[in-house]
Amino acid sequence: MRTADVTALAALVSIALFVVGLKRLSRVRSARSGNQLMAAGMLVAVVLTLFELGRIDWRWILGGVAVGAGVGVATVLRAKATAMPEIVARFNGFGGAASALVAVSLFWAAVVEDPTATSAVEALGVTAAATAVLTVLIGGVTLSGSVLAELKLRGTVEGPARLPGRSLAMAVLLGLGVAAGWEAVVAHDATLPVVGMLVLVAASLLIGVVLVLPIGGADMPVVISLLNSLSGLAAAAAGFALDDPLLIIAGTVVGAAGLILTQIMCVAMNRSLLNVMVGGFGGDVEADTSEYVNVRSSDAEEAAMVLEAAERVIIVPGYGLAAGRAQNAAHEVAKALIALGVEVRFAIHPVAGRMPGHMNVVLAEAEVPYELLVEMDRINQDFPQTDVVIVVGANDVVNPAANTQPSSPIAGMPILDVASARRVFVIKRSLSPGYAGIKNELFERDNTVMLFGDAKQVLDDLAAHLHLARR
Amino acid sequence: MGPLLVSLYVFVLAGFLGFELINKVPPTLHTPLMSGANAMSGITVIGALTLATVAEPRVSTILGFLAIALATINVVGGFLVTDRMLATFRRRR
Repeated sequence: MRTADVTALAALVSIALFVVGLKRLSRVRSARSGNQLMAAGMLVAVVLTLFELGRIDWRWILGGVAVGAGVGVATVLRAKATAMPEIVARFNGFGGAASALVAVSLFWAAVVEDPTATSAVEALGVTAAATAVLTVLIGGVTLSGSVLAELKLRGTVEGPARLPGRSLAMAVLLGLGVAAGWEAVVAHDATLPVVGMLVLVAASLLIGVVLVLPIGGADMPVVISLLNSLSGLAAAAAGFALDDPLLIIAGTVVGAAGLILTQIMCVAMNRSLLNVMVGGFGGDVEADTSEYVNVRSSDAEEAAMVLEAAERVIIVPGYGLAAGRAQNAAHEVAKALIALGVEVRFAIHPVAGRMPGHMNVVLAEAEVPYELLVEMDRINQDFPQTDVVIVVGANDVVNPAANTQPSSPIAGMPILDVASARRVFVIKRSLSPGYAGIKNELFERDNTVMLFGDAKQVLDDLAAHLHLARR
Repeated sequence: MGPLLVSLYVFVLAGFLGFELINKVPPTLHTPLMSGANAMSGITVIGALTLATVAEPRVSTILGFLAIALATINVVGGFLVTDRMLATFRRRR
């Protein structure tokens, strides 16, 4: 067998591992082994590529792999569980950047460094030249969009809710990028292709910024998922440029899977993808930011007394729980209540937190049994028969305005109907608005009592009082 | 059928495969799935590997080196962070 046949068969093994791995990753029981199969598929792909390269100079490759592996491992080891969304966004940006660099490197070797070449189209062929331009475009958007998404998640950057002339700016930048890309690959000139490529890179980076800057609030997870899909497509485009079927298949599968996941998230928020991408959470509608009246607050001791007497309790976690690292404290409260014979469940809103499934990850870290976590659609009908709801650091996902005020920015978004429970305790630092930046009328309801303070501290106090009640 | 057409066939079929693979996913797995798929998009590393094969520090080689480093961060970090998330699910059983 020739070397090419061996590596082609190995590529098939790699694809099979990716596909089976991804399938297993979408089921709870098999998820971890699925991820490991995908990692094995990647290892096979890298080894076969190195085998195919044969006798070459290894220094740059070994250096790059060593640096990348070191930084990757260090980043993960240092990351906190609450910072996972930011980490995913950053890695995603790096993936997009790598694809764009592959295309630029290919272009540079064929046009600038080859004295005999006239243009990229003649040196590489029309398909490779055109897809190289596409790779730079998608990869650049992925890089700047992901970096900006990470900064916005951290709160380092706060974009304007609306960017005037955004569509026009996008159209101009896209036109500029395509024109520059065209010049880069067809020009018969010494400097014009280089200038074209640099303008293309700059334009693609700016498109990513303009795309993500005005998007905020609960829409951030959708954007990251979409950028994830784009980084897959960038890899697929690089596959076309290099004529490598393994890159095309793996990249396209990620692109399609990312798109489906994006769609699932949009459905969870009752919004269309277009609506999300237009940006400025809520768009034109006026947000109600008036002062709160009739807010009642209490302390952990009183709340514990109410909880002791309850039969059914539902805990609603939000981003505040993750940010305050209160997941273990929440589990302690649940355990104390269960010991008192109270039925306790956790209600999981699909977009609570900063990523879909964020609450599941955080609560799983605290070893809360999977059976106690109930999805919104299945638990919403149970709120009227619930004695006490404890809202921990959630805001927009429990705001009744979504159902009652058609003009509200979050109108139509499915919410957890906590207001229909007999009593609602809201654990929160202050009355500051949530990510959507609007007032939450739940806090003014007669059956709502605020427990102001740090989520972890308040839950610890609650658990302590509940333990005392057992004696 | 020319090579471009074969690539297009592969592209379209892989797209359908991706759609079908994860059409139903419990919300618990949305974040790990996004993270795992993200690591898989680091497959671009195999393209990068073919571009840094000479010792001489040309621009294309340095760009290839950077691409290898960034893609490897994406791959190694991505699979590792996904495994870390999923490990918390397993411990309960």
